[in-house]
Amino acid sequence: MTARREERDASAGNLPRILALPAVLALALLVVPLAGLIARADWPSLWTDVTSRESLDALGLSLVTGLIATAVCLVLGLPLAILIARARPGIAAVLRVLVTVPLVLPPMVGGVALLYLFGRSAPAGAWLAGWGLGLPFTTAAVVVAQVFVALPFLVLAVEGAVRAVGVEYERTAASLGAGRWATLWRITLPLAAPGLVAGLVLCFARAIGEFGATALFAGNNPGVTQTMPLAIYTAFNGSGVGEGPAVALSLLLLVTAIAVLLLVRAWRPGSVR
Amino acid sequence: MRKIRVAAVAAGAALLLTACAPAAPGGGMAGELTVYAAASLGPAFEDLAAQFEADNPGIDVRPLVLDGSQVLATQIAEGAPADVFASADEQTMDRVTDLVHAPAVFATNTLAIAVPPGNPAGIEGLADLAGADVTVVLCAAEVPCGAASRALLDRAGIAFDPASEEQNVGAVLAKIDAAEADAGLVYRTDILRGDVDEVAAEGSDEVVNRYPIAALRDARNPDAADAFVALVRGETGQRILAEHGFGAP
Repeated sequence: MTARREERDASAGNLPRILALPAVLALALLVVPLAGLIARADWPSLWTDVTSRESLDALGLSLVTGLIATAVCLVLGLPLAILIARARPGIAAVLRVLVTVPLVLPPMVGGVALLYLFGRSAPAGAWLAGWGLGLPFTTAAVVVAQVFVALPFLVLAVEGAVRAVGVEYERTAASLGAGRWATLWRITLPLAAPGLVAGLVLCFARAIGEFGATALFAGNNPGVTQTMPLAIYTAFNGSGVGEGPAVALSLLLLVTAIAVLLLVRAWRPGSVR
Repeated sequence: MRKIRVAAVAAGAALLLTACAPAAPGGGMAGELTVYAAASLGPAFEDLAAQFEADNPGIDVRPLVLDGSQVLATQIAEGAPADVFASADEQTMDRVTDLVHAPAVFATNTLAIAVPPGNPAGIEGLADLAGADVTVVLCAAEVPCGAASRALLDRAGIAFDPASEEQNVGAVLAKIDAAEADAGLVYRTDILRGDVDEVAAEGSDEVVNRYPIAALRDARNPDAADAFVALVRGETGQRILAEHGFGAP
């Protein structure tokens, strides 16, 4: 407690006051455009817009695919994160770069890559399509695209948490006779739980916000692959849901994102500031 | 969510149909029909789809997939599950020629200049689009409306850099509709559906877009696909298309 108090005093520190000016501008640049969105909302029809059939289709699809993608990320990403956290430094560095690449790539590049792997004109895709397992332009493709862009968020968050916990408790548990699985379930994961929850929440938020990879790999088929971001895009292209529903859906995504981030904050008191 | 319900209903319906297949009255069609159509066909095809569902109660036409023809052709080439594809030009249909049955032209369209209501920038013809302080949006050259726009401007000997190149005609119309642009080239049929005014583009009669339609070879519902193509090309379809401003093939 005392340590934190001192830290806070130090953070108020002795810096040039003029820094506040660009800082306020930066904040305005991030927040004011979103205020524009709120200003454009047609409040009386907001509820009808959000509950129109097209909106509900997109909303439902986004939530279902986002949840499935998050579950896939958990099952695949958690082991990867633990392995990276416990790998030798050289190997861990390489793995971390590989995991981060999709994070910094434009998601559309991911969509093109997925299409070139699973598309009908690609050998792997043609083979799968021959078995009736064609992936592009299906709801499953939406999930794959979401996993591709959201997985790094989970892996990096969990990896950081697991590494920060260290190996001391694991060694102690082992010396007391705990098996590897018991150590994982009762020591490692509980200690890394805040990082895991933060990772899952970020992962979900990123999944439901995914646009680029979905547009290219899954297409824009209402009710099948048209998630909220694609419905919004289509509306501003002059077809699909109207502009009213598009603004309403944008607001809904905004509120979801804020709620999700507040949730992370609540789960990691002190560690996310 | 709804999709799961639809799938369950479809599965149930399929079971029922199999159970009483010999008794199916009049060989009526059933199942879903997925139509991929050029963005400019949107409103006309909404009406055609409604007509088709009314004529065939067993058929559920899925919400239309509307985008630039080029985008749709790429998706179809990579295995998108379409039953019918209607493109805004023949070159784009040619890209998927191995995947479709005998494409046939069913409508024509010409370009016009769309301006926001009241024509605030005072556009009077193609030459005004090149003005220094006029914001113009066009379709990208890769999509049919863009190819036609370039052809029209080249014929008139007019060159300028548009403020934005959009992926389909709906996006151009949306920019003008929102008065974010002073003018743009769209199909004459688009002007009927937007809150925009029309300025004639001289020479537009010489650059005519021909729209082909075709059923896909591996359509999931081949009977319905053929029937839909027949509707669009038939008398009723042609009447509906004419109501939306399309020319006869």
